Amino acid sequence: MAPPLPRVVQLGDAAVLVDFSDTLDLAVNARIQQLAEAIRRRRVPWIRDVVPALGCLALHFDPERYEPLLSPLEAAAALVKDCLARRLPNLDDLAHQVEVPVCHDAAFAPDLAEVAERCKLGIDEVIRRHCASPHRVLMVGFAPGHPYIGGLDKMLSVPRRTTPRPTVIAGSVAIANAQSVVYPFTISGGWSIIGRTPLRIFDAAREPPALMAPGDRVQFTAIGREEFDRLAKAEKSNGTAA
Amino acid sequence: MSVRVLRPGLLTTLQDLGRFGMQHLGIVPCGAMDPVAHRIANALVGNPATTATLECTVLGPQLVFGRDSLVAFYGAKFEARVGGNAFPCNRPVLVRAGTVLATGAATRGARAYLAIAGGFRVPEVLGSLSTYIPAGFGGLMGRALKAGDTIPGADDLGELSASRFEMIARRGSREVSGMRTVRWMAPELTLPRGEGFAVRTMEGRHHGQFDAASRDAFFGESWRVSPDSNRMGYRLQGPQLTRVKAVEILSEPTCLGTVQVPNDGIPIALMADHQTTGGYPKIAEIAGADIPGLAQLAPGGHVRFVKCTLEEAQTARRTAQGRVRFVEQAIRWTLGS
Repeated sequence: MAPPLPRVVQLGDAAVLVDFSDTLDLAVNARIQQLAEAIRRRRVPWIRDVVPALGCLALHFDPERYEPLLSPLEAAAALVKDCLARRLPNLDDLAHQVEVPVCHDAAFAPDLAEVAERCKLGIDEVIRRHCASPHRVLMVGFAPGHPYIGGLDKMLSVPRRTTPRPTVIAGSVAIANAQSVVYPFTISGGWSIIGRTPLRIFDAAREPPALMAPGDRVQFTAIGREEFDRLAKAEKSNGTAA
Repeated sequence: MSVRVLRPGLLTTLQDLGRFGMQHLGIVPCGAMDPVAHRIANALVGNPATTATLECTVLGPQLVFGRDSLVAFYGAKFEARVGGNAFPCNRPVLVRAGTVLATGAATRGARAYLAIAGGFRVPEVLGSLSTYIPAGFGGLMGRALKAGDTIPGADDLGELSASRFEMIARRGSREVSGMRTVRWMAPELTLPRGEGFAVRTMEGRHHGQFDAASRDAFFGESWRVSPDSNRMGYRLQGPQLTRVKAVEILSEPTCLGTVQVPNDGIPIALMADHQTTGGYPKIAEIAGADIPGLAQLAPGGHVRFVKCTLEEAQTARRTAQGRVRFVEQAIRWTLGS
């Protein structure tokens, strides 16, 4: 049986949300990524942003170029219905595989021991399970290039921290809510930090600017401090000051 | 050298119509908070709407022009002087090399746009010149202007300014304390009039989650723009808004004008630099037509939210678009371009 059609609801007067689910479901999110790609491929001139999120998808219109006689809500609903009625693009054909090296040294992982204790696992086992999980980027948001990554090992289930930290260093890898995030900038954050990557997650002067895009597969690999320092240095010399 | 910054003002940034097509990477559109005023400023110096202008906020900058420059300062009413004389706002002005334009406090509205013939020459980042301060990119080195900055203009700024003004002057011009300008000015389009700006607003998708008192209060009370408002969002002081049940919401896309309510019950209207996604309930969505007017409210200003339908918001947007295009066209015609 075909999955039910998503609801198309208004988001202001120049966007709509295509609402699939109000709970996190990896299969539903994969379908959202496929639909996002199908819509992008149509190259609709009045749609200027297609934004897949955890349980829904936003289509932002260019009000200067809006052409259809239908209302945007009806036009978007017709577009979505038509895309879903056809064969959707295969997610693995369009997504990249991104390897993210992570150093789990205590200095980079202030919450690793607490996570291990909470999950009743050894620290090495937490690292092993995090690296072995089949991660996929569900959404990029909150800050430029900030990925929300699904597929976290079920044993590593921790909630968000009750008190967010005012500053989390850029590159920090953190978990909560059955997801992982990698902080692109030094910002505040309430997830449990289990390591840090030397990679630059976002660089406005790079093409593409974001290391991870929605739909991408992510492989976290454990590295030691020396490797971290070597990669961090290489990133610094490659990088352009943003 | 084109434009040198003597005093930066409170928050002066380069902005254009924004960067689009990358919200799926968390890259917010940014752009002029009052895009209408930005467009008119550009039109007044013969630029296309997409050219970057300097967005001046509440307390304007002091600038010196290195070459003869055709400029226009349009939007909020600011104190603006050259030497001891008032600078003519809302119209094209040819200033001589060495002119110091000293702008002061905004006396009505919050944001004005300084356009210069040919625009500013700073590197485009991800398809736009707009400054995004939270991530430090775009505009002049990803930040607001500082004293001592130099913002390059077009290579042929002097010639371009002179030739464009010559066209304008054919329909009459006048001399004001060393500056050449015209006898007409562009009409105000976005400055809210009187006390309490009425903003047309649609119910947001989580409107029904709020209790009856909160729903009534949102559309019934007057809201004060809080001092900690910025280009990302306006925090609105008024009654605390509460939901019937504080169910967790999956983080989802937001848009310009979304009014979301964090757990502290203080609503935030999302403005040009808003985050692309958010996990707070959306009580309302502001009609796009009233965003430029809202951008002209300084902290301390008051708003009321007047309920409208999606159809009314779309009609309002088309009407506003038509009015802007009409004024732009009238200016172009008057400029002889």
